[in-house]
Amino acid sequence: MSISKKAETPRRVLAEFSYERAAAERGYTGQTLYVNVGDGTIESRPVTETMKEQFIGGRGFGLYRLWGGVEDDTRWDDPENEIVISSGPCGGITQYPGSGKSIVVSISPLTDIPVDSNVGGHFGPLLKFAGWDALEIQGKAERDVIVVIDGRSGRVTVEEAVEVPVDTHLVGHWLIDQMAESDEDRYYMSVVAAGTGSENSRFGCLNFSFYDRHREAPRFKQAGRGGIGTVFRDKGIRAVVVKSGPVSGDSNQPADRARISKVGSQLHREIFEYDDEQNQMRKGGTTYLVSIMNDYDLLPVHNFRYGSHPEAKKIAGDVWQDLFTQGIPDGCWYGCTMACSHAVDQYEVRTGPYQGERVIVDGPEYETIAGVGSCCGIFEPWAILEINFYCDTYGLDTISFGTAMGFVMECYEAGVLDQEKTGGLELSFGNAEAAIEVLHQVARGEGFGSIFGQGAHRMKDFFVEEFGADRDFVEDIAMENKGLEYSEYVTKESLAQQGGYGMTNKGPQHDEAWLIFMDQISNLLPTFEDKAEALHYFPMFRTWFGLCGFCKLPWNDVVPPENAETDEPQKIPSHVQNYVELFSGVTGREVTEDDLIEQSETVYNFQRVFNIRLGKGLREHDAVPYRSMGPVTVEEYESRAERYDKQLREDLSVDPQGMGTQEKLAALRAHREQQYEKLLDAVYERRGWTPRGVPTPKKLESLGIDFPEVIAIVERFL
Amino acid sequence: MIRVNKRTEVAWEEGITVTDLLEKLNYTYPHIIVKVNGELVRRHAYDTFTIPDGADVRVIHLIAGG
Ligand code: SF4
Repeated sequence: MSISKKAETPRRVLAEFSYERAAAERGYTGQTLYVNVGDGTIESRPVTETMKEQFIGGRGFGLYRLWGGVEDDTRWDDPENEIVISSGPCGGITQYPGSGKSIVVSISPLTDIPVDSNVGGHFGPLLKFAGWDALEIQGKAERDVIVVIDGRSGRVTVEEAVEVPVDTHLVGHWLIDQMAESDEDRYYMSVVAAGTGSENSRFGCLNFSFYDRHREAPRFKQAGRGGIGTVFRDKGIRAVVVKSGPVSGDSNQPADRARISKVGSQLHREIFEYDDEQNQMRKGGTTYLVSIMNDYDLLPVHNFRYGSHPEAKKIAGDVWQDLFTQGIPDGCWYGCTMACSHAVDQYEVRTGPYQGERVIVDGPEYETIAGVGSCCGIFEPWAILEINFYCDTYGLDTISFGTAMGFVMECYEAGVLDQEKTGGLELSFGNAEAAIEVLHQVARGEGFGSIFGQGAHRMKDFFVEEFGADRDFVEDIAMENKGLEYSEYVTKESLAQQGGYGMTNKGPQHDEAWLIFMDQISNLLPTFEDKAEALHYFPMFRTWFGLCGFCKLPWNDVVPPENAETDEPQKIPSHVQNYVELFSGVTGREVTEDDLIEQSETVYNFQRVFNIRLGKGLREHDAVPYRSMGPVTVEEYESRAERYDKQLREDLSVDPQGMGTQEKLAALRAHREQQYEKLLDAVYERRGWTPRGVPTPKKLESLGIDFPEVIAIVERFL
Repeated sequence: MIRVNKRTEVAWEEGITVTDLLEKLNYTYPHIIVKVNGELVRRHAYDTFTIPDGADVRVIHLIAGG
């Protein structure tokens, strides 16, 4: 394909900066890029040894830079809030599957505390190969701008966004067409964009592009959680573009290339041999989870009331395998043979401003299907694709959209909302057309969409104050914690996972801890101590991926048969050892498995203190809605009465015979809430925190982050 | 009686195999480890391995979410 159009639109440069591109050396370039889109300051900042030793990269670098950029009272829409993007030392290697992730960090419009969001696409590695370990954006532009980082010419510019579209599927194509000087150029460019939905809601997402050589088009992965797209548009940024040179196996200059190639070859072999009989990631990505979750009563249905639905088969993995274009290696970074980033090609849009266009829909992944699908009682694939496409191009998080919509639909069915309050929309479960109309309203900032765009946490207050909703009811059923909507797993029967969500630093996203099967099905965590140990190890291990630029999926979405004979098969010990090899092989710093956990613990504890600094991060903020713990309504109890009655008999020694459902609900609830408090006690103790959830100075000292300003924060709560 | 994962009880039947047990429990996730009285049962033997009455069965699901 030849380039359709060269830079014809005039580019108005508002600020610029020239630099000598530093090559990556053992995973680091040694500098980060600071861009203030408000006052035009652009500068290089050194990566210190403390940063490398204590904060590693990725989420660690993001939190470190953000901490230095904001004040205790900074809020998401203050100019000093930052958006920091960083991959990590191993990000950009091509020898091991899943090594091109970026982490984006900012103060969230939903939670008012730091959010970290993990995303694929090419931006993070190309940023590094353009000379930068991280990009730190601060300030607010008066008029919309784009930021262009050109690693080949060594030039960074802030430019007025002349004629640049806002919605992602347009801006991605447009910028690549405008800026690529050759066909090959397209491969080594990446665009970050949000969309019109990000302008009018708190759950805006960022889209990170990768150029798909087979489809000859940019495709996108989403940094979905926490509303960073909202911050991006609030800063007046339409897009950030990075251009770099060709990528090779040496671009990251690993200390020992043979060492990382060796473990890479091993994992490639496992994927080729076992993926077809295991999760079929190469054919269907994470969509296989839909039927599994449904079979185990864990799929959120009707706002997490239930865990399964007879119609779930209409949105199960085989349906998506048929819709995805097969035979194209859908990796979101070079060398990822797990290749799970599938797409539906030539989807004809049915509604809204792009009606009639044929587009590529990136995904859907499990979380989107469960969120905008089953959680809302929607079991029609076209509707899920329509919402997936529009959420992406408008720059909206599909998980927040789906979970918040489930809440709204339950409110509608419970009489909290009616057509008068929704502007004529009948928002009952399963009404896909009405849900899609709300999505368009969010993007336009109009009607009920402007209320919905505030997210579940703020809608609760609004419904109580403006519509007279019962406070207890909305608190029980709105699936949010710290202001962030839950991701898509029913946790009622897994105490460990209730804590896994409730104690997550950024709010209830499963990337830190996902223990449902270990706890509820396999029963590997029978005691509070077992649960606490798992809620120490797994969040730390999973955090580590985001420090280094790794994708979590290749860790445990394919497993060699000999894993069955190991002592702790759920940890996939041979793959953990791969990561030890990779980190040592890239950076030249010899590490052990324990070191990986300690690296994460350092960043994790720092983030907890950061939360405290901004007004959250204490025990009371780890409280969860009762819907995540157990049945809220009579209907819910009675749908699984046998299970709950058995628990009353066996766990509480209460005879349910002769008790009314309300009475049984109350007894179960008192028990479950007490269990949750005991869990918090056990986990805090294991993590070296006080009963209030505050990391102790001793703990911080042991991790080497007893900086005076950090200690000063925790001392206020001891 | 067969006890699964030290929690769920399933009525024992003459000749019940691992495959039968997994079906009864609706354990559809393909990637599991099965141990019967501490002995690892290989996947290829699920159809033929018969579970004795009173067995302690572990079915470890190797799944860790998205
Ligand atoms: S496993 Fe999937 S999401 Fe992860 S890096 Fe590979 S293609 Fe991207």
